[in-house]
Amino acid sequence: MDATLGQLVEQVRGATQARTPLRIRAGGSKDFYGNPSRGQILDPRPWQGIEAYDPSELVVTARAGTRLAELEAVLAAQGQMLAFEPPHFGPDATVGGCVAAGLAGPRRASAGYTHGGLRDFLLGARLLDGRGQLLRFGGTVMKNVAGYDVARVLAGSLGVLGLLVDVSLKVLPLPRAEVTLRFELGEAQALERLCDWQGRPLPVSGSAWCQGALTVRLSGAEAALAAARGRLGGEAIAAADASAFWQDLREHQLEWFAGELPLWRLAVPPQAPPLALVGAQLIEWGGGQRWLRSAQAPARIREEAARLGGHATLFRGGDRAGGVFSPLNPALLAIHRRLKQAFDPAGIFNPDRLVQGL
Amino acid sequence: MESAVVESRPEVLAALARILPREALLVEAEDTRPYECDGLTLIRQRPMAVALPQTEAQVVAVLRLCHRLGVPVVPRGAGTGLAGSALPDAGGVLLSMARFNRILAVDRRACTATVEPGVRNLAISEAAAPQGLYYAPDPSSQVACTIGGNVAENSGGVHCLKYGLTLHNVLRVRGYTVDGEAVEFGSLAPDAAGLDLLALVVGSEGMLAVTMEVTVRLVPRPELARCIMASFADVAQAGDAVAALIAAGIIPAGLEMLDQAASRLVEPFAHAGYDLEAAAVLLCESDGTPEEVEEEIAHMSQVLRAAQATRIQVSRDEAERLKFWAGRKNAFPAAGRAAPAYYCTDGTIPRKHIGQMLKSIQAMERRYGLSCPNVFHAGDGNLHPLVLFDDSDPDSVARAEAFGAEILEESVRLGGTVTGEHGVGMEKLNQMCSQFDRPTLDAFAAVKRAFDPAGTLNPGKVIPSLHRCAEYGRQRVVGGALPHPELPRF
Repeated sequence: MDATLGQLVEQVRGATQARTPLRIRAGGSKDFYGNPSRGQILDPRPWQGIEAYDPSELVVTARAGTRLAELEAVLAAQGQMLAFEPPHFGPDATVGGCVAAGLAGPRRASAGYTHGGLRDFLLGARLLDGRGQLLRFGGTVMKNVAGYDVARVLAGSLGVLGLLVDVSLKVLPLPRAEVTLRFELGEAQALERLCDWQGRPLPVSGSAWCQGALTVRLSGAEAALAAARGRLGGEAIAAADASAFWQDLREHQLEWFAGELPLWRLAVPPQAPPLALVGAQLIEWGGGQRWLRSAQAPARIREEAARLGGHATLFRGGDRAGGVFSPLNPALLAIHRRLKQAFDPAGIFNPDRLVQGL
Repeated sequence: MESAVVESRPEVLAALARILPREALLVEAEDTRPYECDGLTLIRQRPMAVALPQTEAQVVAVLRLCHRLGVPVVPRGAGTGLAGSALPDAGGVLLSMARFNRILAVDRRACTATVEPGVRNLAISEAAAPQGLYYAPDPSSQVACTIGGNVAENSGGVHCLKYGLTLHNVLRVRGYTVDGEAVEFGSLAPDAAGLDLLALVVGSEGMLAVTMEVTVRLVPRPELARCIMASFADVAQAGDAVAALIAAGIIPAGLEMLDQAASRLVEPFAHAGYDLEAAAVLLCESDGTPEEVEEEIAHMSQVLRAAQATRIQVSRDEAERLKFWAGRKNAFPAAGRAAPAYYCTDGTIPRKHIGQMLKSIQAMERRYGLSCPNVFHAGDGNLHPLVLFDDSDPDSVARAEAFGAEILEESVRLGGTVTGEHGVGMEKLNQMCSQFDRPTLDAFAAVKRAFDPAGTLNPGKVIPSLHRCAEYGRQRVVGGALPHPELPRF
C-alpha cells in the first residue's frame, strides 16, 4: 500500500482501537455545514491527485484530497465539467469534501441529460471504513448494478460511514452555448412560469428568483437557444455579467447572501406554493430549493417545509445546538443506526455531524 | 435469525389462508408452477405458496405473518428479470405485486407520475402522453415489465446514456421493510434528510424493502428524433467511432452497436435495412427541437465520417427511424429463432475496450464451439453477447454457461462490471466473487442486515457466501474446464 494511504489507515485503526472520535477535515471550506461535531482531525489532503481521466469515457477518478478547483480546471481543459456544479465555498475545497457534503449548484435542476445532483454522477468510491478496511463500491462505468449502490449513499453522508479515499465521477461536455435571460416577476408568477417551463422541451440549466426578478440560464446548441429565446422572451444579460451571476449564486457570494440572519435551505417539491414564512427568499432549481433568511423559530420553519412535502436545513448560522437537519422518522433512523454500526462499529467518524447521536 | 420460529408448512399455509382471500393464495403445484422462475428459465424452484394480495393491508399482513414465523418472502413483479432475482424460495412465500396496477396520478405541473408497483413501464409513458411527457428509462421488456421490478433492478434501456437509469428517474419509493414497517425513501423534493437510502433501495433486487408505490420523474417528449445508421468495415473502428462521438462533446440519445453476426441474425426477421456486409453497424440517435436535431445530426455525421464509416444513412421520417430500431429491439427474439436457446449476459466495460472485447469473444466462439452475435449499448459500454446453444444437449448447456462466465470474467479484467442492467440475482453470484473482495461483499451483507436483520426478504441473491467463492475459485484454477460438465450450473 502507498505510504500516504497507509498513514490514514493507521490513524483510523488506532482511533477505532482507542475509540477516539475523528473529525474528517481537509480544506475546512464546509466547516460551517452540518451539526457540530468533535474529534481529532483526520486530514486526507496528503492523498491527492487525479488517478485516471480519459475524456472519451466521460469519467474521472480522483483522490479525496485533490483540490476541487484543480479537478475542475483539468476537466475544463478537455471541454468537460462536473454537471452538478458543486459549490466550493472556498479555494481549499477538496473532492472528498465535495462528495461528502453532497451539495450541488444551479445546474442541479437542468432540463434533459445534465439533470441531477451529485449522487447521480457518482459512479464509484473507495471507502476506508471504521475497521481500517478499504472497500470499493461501484466502478468507473456508466451502468453497473453489481451489488448495492453503496457509493451513492456516501454522497451527502458527511463522512459518518468512513473516509472517502477515491471517487469516480461521471463528467459531461461543457454546453456548446449559453444565454441568460431576466424577467421582472413576483414570486407566485415566477413559480408558475418555472412550473410551466419544466414540462416543455426547453434547455433550462439554471433558475434563480429573488427580489422581483427571475433569472434563467439556457444551455445547449446555438440553434436550440435561439429557438428557446424566441419562445420565452425576457431580457438577455451580457455574457460576462451572466457568468459572474451564476458563479456568485453557486458560491453564495451574491449580495443577497450577506448578513447575519440564519440561512435556511428548504428542499420542497418544485410546484409547491410560496412559503408561508417570514423572511427574504431566493428560489432555485425551478422552485425545488428555497433559500430563506429568517429569524423565525426552527420548529415553525420545519413545520412549513414538512407541510409542503419537503425538509428544512439550517444551512449557515443560527443556533446549531438543536440539530440543523430535519429529524428522521423512527423506521429510517433505525436503518441509519444499523448502517452506522456496520461501517463504523466504534462510532469514531464525525459523531453527530449528520444525525445527532449517530 | 432473530427470534423467528420456523413453523411447519401446514401451519404457515393455514395462517396465510386466514389473512388472504381464497383466490389470492396459490399452494397447489399446478398453480405455483408459473411462478417457478423469472426470465432466467434455466433455474427453477416452486415456492411453498404464492400470495397475490389485492390490498395494501394484505401485503402488510403477509409480511408480518412471515416475519413472525421466520418464513422467507420473495417479491415479484412481471417476472421478466433475466438474472433470477425473483426465483422463489422453496420454503417461502412468493409475493406477487402484479395486482397493484393502478396509475394513481400524473401531475403535469410537477412532471411526475405516482403509480403502484405492478404498473407496466410503458403504461406510464402512455398515461403521460396526453401531457406531452414520458418516462424515460425503456428496457427492452418495457411492454411487460413493471415499475416495481424496474426499481428492484435499476433497469436501463437504449436511452440511458442521455436520460439515465431508473435511479435517475425515480424520486420516491414508499413501501415496507420485511417486518411490515412502513418506510419512505426519497422525496418529491430534490432530496431528503439523512443518508440517501433511495440509492440503496433502487437496484437492491427486492432484498431491502417491498415497494408499494413509486413516484417517477417525467420528462417532456422531444419534438423530433432522428437516427443515423453507420456501417464500419472493422469492429475496432466502430468502437473508436463511439469514443470519437463522445470526445466531440456529443451525448447521443441512443448509441447502439450490432456486429455482423447480429445484423445477419435480425435482418431476415426485422427487415431493418441493415448493411449485411459491414463488420459492425452503429445506430446513433439525436433528439430535441428540430433546430437542435438538425445541428446535431450534421455534427454526428461529420464525426462518423472522420471515424471511417463506410456508409451513413439518416432516417428521413419517424417510420424509417422506427425501422432502424426494429432490428436492434428484436435481437433477442431473432436469437430465439436462430437457435434452440440463447444465453445473454450484460457485462459493462470502459468504451475504449469494445474492440478488444469483441475480438476476445470471437476467440471464445472457436474455443467453445458456439456462435455469439453481439448487440450492445455502445454508448455506455454495456454488452449483450447472445451465446447460441442447444438446451437439450447438456454439453452444449455447460459450454454456453462457461462461455457466458468467461465473458463476465473478461469484463471485470477490463475494468468493468459483471452486470450493467440485468442484475446479479442467482445468475452472477460466482462472478461477484471475482469483482469484489471479501470485505466489500461482507459490507453488502451488512447493508442487507441493516434493512432486514433476520435475512428473510429474498434471501440468497446477489451476495455470494464465503463457501461459494472458495468453490468458484477452485473451479477456475482448473482452467475453465468444468469438473462435471453434465451438471447445469445456471
